[in-house]
Amino acid sequence: MRSRLYPVFKYTVIALWACFVAGPFFWAMTTSFKNANAVQGGPTYLPWAQYEPTLTGWRNIFGGAGGVDVIDPFVNSAIVTLAASAISLALGSLAAYALSRYRFRLGFIKNSDIVFFFVSQRIMPPVVLVIPFFYLLQWGGLLDTIPGLVIVTVALLLPIAVWVMVDFFNGIPREIDEMAMLDGCPPFQAFVRAILPNSLPGLTVAAMFCAVFGWNDFFFAFRLTFTEVQTLPQAVVALNSSIPPWWTLSAAALFGVAPLILLALWVERLLSKGNLSGAVR
Amino acid sequence: MDGLRRHKSMFLLPGLLTLFLIIIFPLLFTIRVSFSGWNVSSPRMDFIGGANYTAMLDDSRFWASITRLILLAGGTVLIQYVIGFGMALLVWREVRGRRLWRVLFLVPMMTTPVVMAAIWQTIFHESLGPVNDLLGMLGLTEIPWLTESGPALFALMTVEVWQWTPFMFLLLLAGLLSLPKEPFMAAAIDGAGTWRTFWKVTFPLMAPVSVAAVIIRLIEASKLSDSVYVLTSGGPGSATETPGYYLYIQGLRDQQTGYSGAMSLTYLVLMIVTLTVVAALLTRAFKLKGDS
Repeated sequence: MRSRLYPVFKYTVIALWACFVAGPFFWAMTTSFKNANAVQGGPTYLPWAQYEPTLTGWRNIFGGAGGVDVIDPFVNSAIVTLAASAISLALGSLAAYALSRYRFRLGFIKNSDIVFFFVSQRIMPPVVLVIPFFYLLQWGGLLDTIPGLVIVTVALLLPIAVWVMVDFFNGIPREIDEMAMLDGCPPFQAFVRAILPNSLPGLTVAAMFCAVFGWNDFFFAFRLTFTEVQTLPQAVVALNSSIPPWWTLSAAALFGVAPLILLALWVERLLSKGNLSGAVR
Repeated sequence: MDGLRRHKSMFLLPGLLTLFLIIIFPLLFTIRVSFSGWNVSSPRMDFIGGANYTAMLDDSRFWASITRLILLAGGTVLIQYVIGFGMALLVWREVRGRRLWRVLFLVPMMTTPVVMAAIWQTIFHESLGPVNDLLGMLGLTEIPWLTESGPALFALMTVEVWQWTPFMFLLLLAGLLSLPKEPFMAAAIDGAGTWRTFWKVTFPLMAPVSVAAVIIRLIEASKLSDSVYVLTSGGPGSATETPGYYLYIQGLRDQQTGYSGAMSLTYLVLMIVTLTVVAALLTRAFKLKGDS
């Protein structure tokens, strides 16, 4: 029944979608090499052929005159993302392990309800949390500091870590922990020695999700840090003012998403090796 | 037994307490503040009863934003699901450049939504953006993308579809890759065509992953506000305003803390109820299908 036209159809659809997906990156790339004249002259796409490329945008984001500095925000973003992801992964995998191995019962509350409590925190719109967080951090003297931002980011990432890891631990046979405990390991050591080494695929998936959502968070940083600690999304959006210098904006945007594009390469590897299948059950 | 109990809690409690402590104060604060007249001129925790809630009932801008959000979230998630599933099926098996397509189709979900929304704003720019340029090349009239309500909504949906279809693609492709081979062989032996195999084998097997992916996306989409802020600032007028963005205006820009607290809680409860109902309906619909 397979028509000869099917391959043509298939590759056309793939190519169209690929153009749509890659379009904004191509546009940002080409815009980042323009100057004011090239932008004001109307949309152009090809350097040299249609406009004379300059490095103004790229110079501006590395401290050029009249630009912004993206290095400090980059470092801030990296610290917050790494710290919040590490805390969420540690607390999340411990909790997920308990929820996968032991039975909890507190009145009508069962394991599945506790898992639901964790995961349901993703429903909380940041805009609902941000005003109370503001007063909370102000009270603790943590407003506009990295620790303050890390704490609120954990609230975003911990549910993700628990969600991925519960499913993953459920897929690891209980015999592994039992054997370790028969060898005389107390539960915590059994967890560290026998379970964690077997959980690397699950941990990498959870780490990937935490890193992406941590790095990409804008709203908390936007309202809870100001001058001392600026994150990368904040720095880029600040460029998006009334008359945006598009070349600087594009360069900063590409700089900000570059680490994530590299991460996509790695996710594809995980996917092709089948490591992600456990996370979606 | 006592030792086991201690160990159980030792594993669970650090995470549970951390999350509980981070979340509980904001929740209690929001509940309390929603019964106060806290605003920019009198930032005090007084008690004014349910006045904020009655005011909210008459706030048509708030209710319009809720309706808009439901339509936007439902519409974009459906589109994301269809395209994401389609693309996952296309690059699932033998296709040239498989790994390249897979990486490319994943990239948007990795990139920062607000940053990409800023780029999209330049793309939809009326006179200097490439979208109108392309339309002009095709001989079509230019469209004021971000300054007219219909086109602005379309632009917002385009951005959402671009950003989050990859997430569907990721979950569905991971699901497809973990499917057993036997049902497909059986279908091939029965001589089922591509179309029939999809509806009789692939789709039912993928139902659990599909339901999970759609629910996760609906949860995330119900919070839509950052890209609205960057792309359209809710405009023109309030044509692309979502509850998240309206709350930002009321609570953070105009500092009507008490009033925005009342709306926040209403928004939160409405979303929890809607999402729970949708999740239950989806789960049941697909379970029934599996039984028959």
